[in-house]
This record gives sequence, structure tokens and C-alpha cells, in this order.
Amino acid sequence: MIIDGAGRLAKGPALLLIVGAALMVSVVSITNGAYPLTAGDILGVLIGDLNDEVARMVLFDVRLPRLILGFLVGAVLAVCGAILQGLFRNPLADPGLIGVSAGASLAAIAVIVLGGTWLGGWLDLAGAWALPIAAFIGGSGTVFLAWRIASRAGHTSVATLLLAGIAINAIAGAGTGLLTFYSSDEELRSLTFWTMGSLGHAAWDDVAMAAPWLLLSLCAAPFLARPLDAFLLGEQVVGHLGYNTDWTKRAAILIAGLGVGAAVAVSGLIGFVGLVVPHLVRHTLGAGHRVVIPASALAGGTLLVGADCLARVVVAPAELPIGLMMALIGGPFFLLLLLRTRIT
Amino acid sequence: MLLHVDGLGIHLAGKPIVRDLGFQLNAGELLVVLGPNGAGKSTLLKGLAGEHKIANGQVSFAGCTLQNWPKREIAKRRAVMPQRVEVNFPLTVEEIVRLGRPAEPLSQSMPVVLELMDMLDVAHLRYRLAPGLSGGEQQRVQLARVLAQVWDAQGPVLLLLDECTSALDPAHQQQVFSLLRRLAKQRGFAVLAVAHDLNLAARFADRLLLLHHGQCYTSGQPFEVLNETVLAAVYGLSARIIKLEEGYPLVVPRDDGQVPAYASPSPSSTAPVNPSCLQAS
Repeated sequence: MIIDGAGRLAKGPALLLIVGAALMVSVVSITNGAYPLTAGDILGVLIGDLNDEVARMVLFDVRLPRLILGFLVGAVLAVCGAILQGLFRNPLADPGLIGVSAGASLAAIAVIVLGGTWLGGWLDLAGAWALPIAAFIGGSGTVFLAWRIASRAGHTSVATLLLAGIAINAIAGAGTGLLTFYSSDEELRSLTFWTMGSLGHAAWDDVAMAAPWLLLSLCAAPFLARPLDAFLLGEQVVGHLGYNTDWTKRAAILIAGLGVGAAVAVSGLIGFVGLVVPHLVRHTLGAGHRVVIPASALAGGTLLVGADCLARVVVAPAELPIGLMMALIGGPFFLLLLLRTRIT
Repeated sequence: MLLHVDGLGIHLAGKPIVRDLGFQLNAGELLVVLGPNGAGKSTLLKGLAGEHKIANGQVSFAGCTLQNWPKREIAKRRAVMPQRVEVNFPLTVEEIVRLGRPAEPLSQSMPVVLELMDMLDVAHLRYRLAPGLSGGEQQRVQLARVLAQVWDAQGPVLLLLDECTSALDPAHQQQVFSLLRRLAKQRGFAVLAVAHDLNLAARFADRLLLLHHGQCYTSGQPFEVLNETVLAAVYGLSARIIKLEEGYPLVVPRDDGQVPAYASPSPSSTAPVNPSCLQAS
């Protein structure tokens, strides 16, 4: 049985399909690039037969960290999107909504523009990691702020959280705009690239710094699956079914804040994954979070790695920013899906 | 005694909505709570469901103070049907009913889910997505989900239902209320249902509780509560009460064009009918 009674893909075959796609995309991602590697080369390097120092370096120091980081970032963005959509009971919610991306950008752009002047001390202190650490603090800090604003006497209002997120987004956007206005040409170029997202500089350092947070948020997310299912029926039902509503909200915000904060810190702003992937998963596999969360993780990672491959190929030897690539393929695809099914 | 409410007070935004309310509910009893819009029926139900804080008084469930029950434990014995549940996500009917038993493996929960879908006449909608159902169908699906939660519970069970038949056609209303009555009599469920249909309440309830301005106006057997003076005083309803051979009162509204309570509002009325209405005016 591939299709179940509700006309959806059965869980087993669907999982196999996604895992297959993930493996395929990984192979394509590892073999393609400025220095092409064949599957034979890779096998040779792995078992030590091939004595090609360049191939070895490209594989281990360029392609592999990029693949791992791309997969983790895509998975986290998709999972956090799914969590926040469940929490807000709105299929259109996005990690950007509670201010993570805006806060991270403001901090990152502040480092780019003010690094030579006011924030020189920070640059001396954090060195090469000044930008990602600032982005992480900025991203998770804004989420914390939005959450504090929305909480009163141990109770968090989801509607206020949304409104606080919108206000924080506007304020951070204004700050970003102001910094952009005062930036030099060179700074402008580097901050523009950052806002369009990139996996181009991925190295083991980045993986080591971001992976703990990314993995933490990926591993914690499935524990929220059942209470999030109850959230789909309304906030009060969560309590009726015996779950701790406020604890669930806090955990969801924490997971999304840390996960997206770390993702933005190492890859810049990559939109669309968090919105589209959970949406697609729900309409092919159903809306239960015990399926949506793992399937979104796999599909999100696959999509981002795939988009990264394309971004490297289309304008080779240059690279398109991956955020741009995502919007280029995701936008029309989503529109097509909408026109075909007219999902409300 | 399964539910004991004594001197209960619940405040919303600083205003008392339920005041000094006391009543008891036994296992195997179907109590219908009546009252005009804004009388505090839903607030009372939400207080008993643990959604609103209890400001004063005592509520004990199965001999233990309500607030002291661990969330997980009470969820096995108390199921709540809110007035409205809106589903924006593509969940099927079967998946929603199964949400009533989240912790159970599929093979274990499936027989109960199928039985309840059948009982509430939604089995033919099993694979349909909830957002596409009619209001009455959604209500039956939610009721199946609520019943699934406590279906094979051991020991005391409390059902709190807020207008659980408001969107149903007469045949389904009858079906649901006779099911609730059967659950009370055969399984000993204690059922507290908020309703507006006086005749439905009179026919199926063991006892009625009539709320007015957040207080108990009167309570007792249907023919004790439903009389012309009481209905005029609480609802401003002008109606004739016919006592049927079967022993139930039948309420028939009169057409005399008068709505006393709304025609002459008394500014000195004790409690605000609904705080949001007052703010809006």
C-alpha cells in the first residue's frame, strides 16, 4: 500500500523516498563543483588508493563541511518552521515571524559596518567568529525579548508573541536600514551577500560552532510532537489533554530561537525553507507532528543541499547566493502548487 | 459525590463572572447548565476544566481538591469539549479522534476510535480532512475525540461539554443526548453539559442548574426549574409550560411581542452581563 485511505503517501515508502532523495542530492553535491570529483575518485580517497592531494583536500575540507552544514541548516529551518506553525496554529507562520532572523541580521550587519569603529573591541575579542557569534546572540536574544514581552505571571500569550515579533522585526529592520545607509561600498557588498545567505565559506570551524545548537534543536523537537498535535485543536485543548501548555510554549520558542539563531549565524538569511517544507510535508503525509517533524528535517536538508548544488552550477565558476536560489526555485514552485490544489 | 463545588468565584480581567456558586454532581448524573448569554456558563465550565483560575471557594473532584490533581492524571478522568474548536490544518477525522488518546500506540487506540466514530455517525467521514467538514460534522468529530479520551477510564469520569449540540440537526441532537444519558447510567460518567435548548435539557437531564449573573438562580428537576415565572425573570422569556404525560415540561414561546428584560434594562443590576459588552458600549 503506497497510498493510504486519506489519499496520502504511506509513511514507510515516503520515508524511503525522502532518504533516497537525500542520498542522491548528497552524492551530487559532493561530486560537483569547480573541481569535479568522480564517484571513483571519492571511493579512492576514502579507502586510500588514490594519492591525489587536491582531491583529498577538496573532498574533506570543502565539500564535506559544506554538505553537512547545508543539510543541518536546512533541517533546522524546516523543523523550526513546523514547530512555530503548530504553536501559532497558522500554516503561514515562519521562523522570521518571532524576530529571530531580524535580530540576527541586525547584529551581523552591525559587526560588518561598525567592526572597524565602535565594535572594534568585539572584533578583537571574538576574532574570526565575531560575526556568527553576534548573529547567534542577536537572533536568540530577540526571541527571548519577544517571549518576555508576551509573558505575564507565568503565562505566555501566543497572540502577543506574534505582535511583539512584528514590532521587533520593524525595529530591527530600521536599525539594519540605518546601518546599510551609513556603510561603505565594500561593507555594503559584504552585508548584501550575508542577507542573501551563503554556504560558500563553510568550513569545519563553522560546523563545530553551529552543530551543537543545530543538533540540540533537532533532537529536542520530536519531544514536542504530541503537545503540538494538541495545539492544532486550540490552546485550551492542550491543557485538557493533560499537557503543560506553558511549558510546551517555552520549549518551542527556545528550540526555534536557538536553532534558527545558529542557522542564521553560519549561513546568513535563507528564507522559504521553513515555510514551504512543512507545508509540502503536511499535504503529502498528513499534519501529525510525529511525522511532520522528522520528515521536514529530512526534506528541508535535502532541499537546501539541492539548492546549494544548483547555486554552484548555474553561474559557474561564480556562485549564486543560496537564499536567492531558494527564492528563485521555491517561489514559482509554491505558486504552482497553490494554483493546482487551491489549498486554503 | 464526584464533583463538589462550594462558594466558587471566578474572575475575568478583575471582574467577577461566577460568584458564590455551589452545587454537586454525582457519578451517573447528567446535569444541564442553563442560563442566558453571558450568565457565566462557559466561564464556570472553563473553571472546572482548569483553564480559569478559581478565585474563591472550593472545588473537589473525586474527593481531592481540583487544583491539586496532576495534569496527566486528571486528563485520564476529565474530558472537556470547548464551545468552538477550529482546525486549520489538514488533519483527517480519524486523526482528530485519535488525538483524544495521544499516548497510546495505534493498534491499541484504533478499536476505540472506530467505535466512537461509528457511535457519533462520522465513520463515513473517516478520511476526510477536518477543514472541509460542515459545522455539525466538526462538532460530532470533536465529541468523538473528547469521549475517546476517557472511554475506558477506570474509576470516576467527568465530562464537561460546552454547547456540544449547538450545530447539530434535531436527530443528531437527540442521538448525542441519549448517548450522554446512556454513558451516565451505564458507565457512571458524571456529565455537565451547557445547553440552550430548554426542551432538550428537560427531556434528557437528571437535573438542571439555571445560572443568572454568575450565580445559581435555581436548580432541581426539570419541572421544578422550568416554570413561567423563572423563565420570565431570568431570560425575559414569555412562554407557556405544558406538562407532558411522560412527566417532562414542554416550553412553548408565546408570540406577545414583549421582551421585558431587554425593554426595561435596570442600571442597578448586580453583575455585568458580559464585561466585553460593557466596554464596547
